[in-house]
Amino acid sequence: MMKLSAQVTANTLVYYTFVLTVVVFTFVLHSSAFFSVENWLNIVRQTAPIVVMAIALNVALSAGQLDLSIGAVVALSGLIAALLLPEYGVVIASVVALSLGGAIGAFNGYLSLRLAVPSLIITLGTMVFLNGFVRYLSGLESIPILNKPFLALFGGGSIWGVPTLLLWVLGIAVSVYCVFNYVQLGRHLLATGANVTAARAMGVNTIKVRIIAMSLSGFLAALAGLLYAGRMQSARYTLGESELITVLAAIAIGGCSLLGGKVSIWGTVLGVWLIGILNNGLILSGFSSDVQMMMKGVILIVAVGITFRARKQ
Amino acid sequence: MIRTALDQIALQVVDLHKYFEDSHVLRGISFTANRGEVVALLGDNGAGKSTLVNCLAGKLLPTRGEILINGTKQVINSPIKAQNLGISVVYQDLALIKEMSVVENLFLNREIMHSNTLLNRLGWLDKKAMEMRANKLLRRLGGEGIELQLPVSMLSGGQQQIVALIRAVNAGANIIVMDEPTAALGSEQCNQVIRLIRLLSSQGATIVLISHNLGQVAKLCDRAVVLYQGQTVADIAVKEVTQLELLALMSGKQCDGVSANQFSEYKS
Ligand SMILES: Nc1ncnc2c1ncn2[C@@H]1O[C@H](COP(=O)(O)OP(=O)(O)OP(=O)(O)O)[C@@H](O)[C@H]1O
Ligand SMILES: [Mg+2]
Repeated sequence: MMKLSAQVTANTLVYYTFVLTVVVFTFVLHSSAFFSVENWLNIVRQTAPIVVMAIALNVALSAGQLDLSIGAVVALSGLIAALLLPEYGVVIASVVALSLGGAIGAFNGYLSLRLAVPSLIITLGTMVFLNGFVRYLSGLESIPILNKPFLALFGGGSIWGVPTLLLWVLGIAVSVYCVFNYVQLGRHLLATGANVTAARAMGVNTIKVRIIAMSLSGFLAALAGLLYAGRMQSARYTLGESELITVLAAIAIGGCSLLGGKVSIWGTVLGVWLIGILNNGLILSGFSSDVQMMMKGVILIVAVGITFRARKQ
Repeated sequence: MIRTALDQIALQVVDLHKYFEDSHVLRGISFTANRGEVVALLGDNGAGKSTLVNCLAGKLLPTRGEILINGTKQVINSPIKAQNLGISVVYQDLALIKEMSVVENLFLNREIMHSNTLLNRLGWLDKKAMEMRANKLLRRLGGEGIELQLPVSMLSGGQQQIVALIRAVNAGANIIVMDEPTAALGSEQCNQVIRLIRLLSSQGATIVLISHNLGQVAKLCDRAVVLYQGQTVADIAVKEVTQLELLALMSGKQCDGVSANQFSEYKS
């Protein structure tokens, strides 16, 4: 037992928990639909936008910035795309939505550096502002999306039996993983997040790096918004709004440091899937959504607790 | 190649002043450091050493006065500018990224990119090349025992100091300023760092060393520049003074036959 707890560090926590959860639910729910490819692909589809949001937050955190506005950017991006699609088509609608996400991120980053206010506060402000703005923009109505190419690209379709959404998730995860492991920008992001003074002393343009981090975070959040709208075949001001806690819990259990300078892309992907499986298993076991919410809170606190303890040692 | 005396001067500071609001912290600093020389920068607490170093590092802009690098007047207005001029400061707290590995630190912001044009544009790293270069550097500069892939936080204090120095060399620095590099080290680690400093200066690097350890200064340094309350009170060959005389200079006392004439000789 001692040995096991020594091995379960912040980095490996998510793998153990993932396997444990799957095993437990497989036993408990052996007579239900839980252990089926169809159910699992469904979980993957449902969680796809959340995985992308969590990766977005990973990028912001890598440079030591917190981005609370990702949920609101998801809603905005989905709505903008839905509003533009009928008249301008898939290309313009997506490009505008994604650019807007990137621009909001860059604005967040710029403002936080310019005013020397933590990004937590700035993006909290942006979040609340955008929450209001999407309500105004949508008139509290949900906007249906009928554009076929858009739904084929971002929606719930499949290619050779593989859900498009899974391909997006894997594509984005691989790209971001490569940025952090094989590309100069990744090094500079992590260096800035780990020790901004040292990075600056070594000539890294930490201001530029932080703005890039926030901008990428906004861009990825906007992409999550397109995936969300595509899956739902409509856009609504509530898209992504309540997912921030899921994202934080997934990141914490996935081994990405909430203090910056350390990312864990695959841990994050697994973290979101883990929460998806837990939700799914709890529903199939007859628990209500209240229990799911409580569980996310517990996961967040336990995971952060373990991460901080591992840091101290 | 004919070398004039001027050609040898790597760093020259002329009558440097720095005000913070209305407190006059640097009040006329002048000294030179030649190529391949180890120069001690001495002074009591609050004498202005760190302020001077920050001016050289591009972290502070002097209020007036000149800094000449290799004979050319320069305005060092950012750390990047300092780096481009070949000045590197190894701070007391090392300014290494503890979470990152030795190679990652050695090549931070000097990454070797992949030779493929497309990958190069993307900023794709050539990890093999960096590892090979790092290995060579460590072997050449006495850091053989240092494991390249280890996070810096896992190295000993002396090894960290050596990595910081090698990083400076790899960054193309030929003027290396060190703020108390051996203060926190045990004697063996201390000797490793001293060996490296000697090696670097024998290869033509100019080292400016802030130290409170006068015994070490006497052993390691060629010249001593003494600051007192923001002014240079001496710029002398270490061989020509005793440690006691240095101590006296640091506390503002005039030293017979040493500071006054040597300093005025230098000024003229
Ligand atoms: N940003 C600042 N604003 C105002 N005064 C400052 C500032 N930085 C330094 N000083 C003052 O300048 C003087 C010189 O400080 P400095 O840090 O350069 O001394 P030092 O020689 O490095 O001392 P030590 O040996 O303690 O490191 C001190 O009196 C200090 O209070
Ligand atoms: Mg100091």
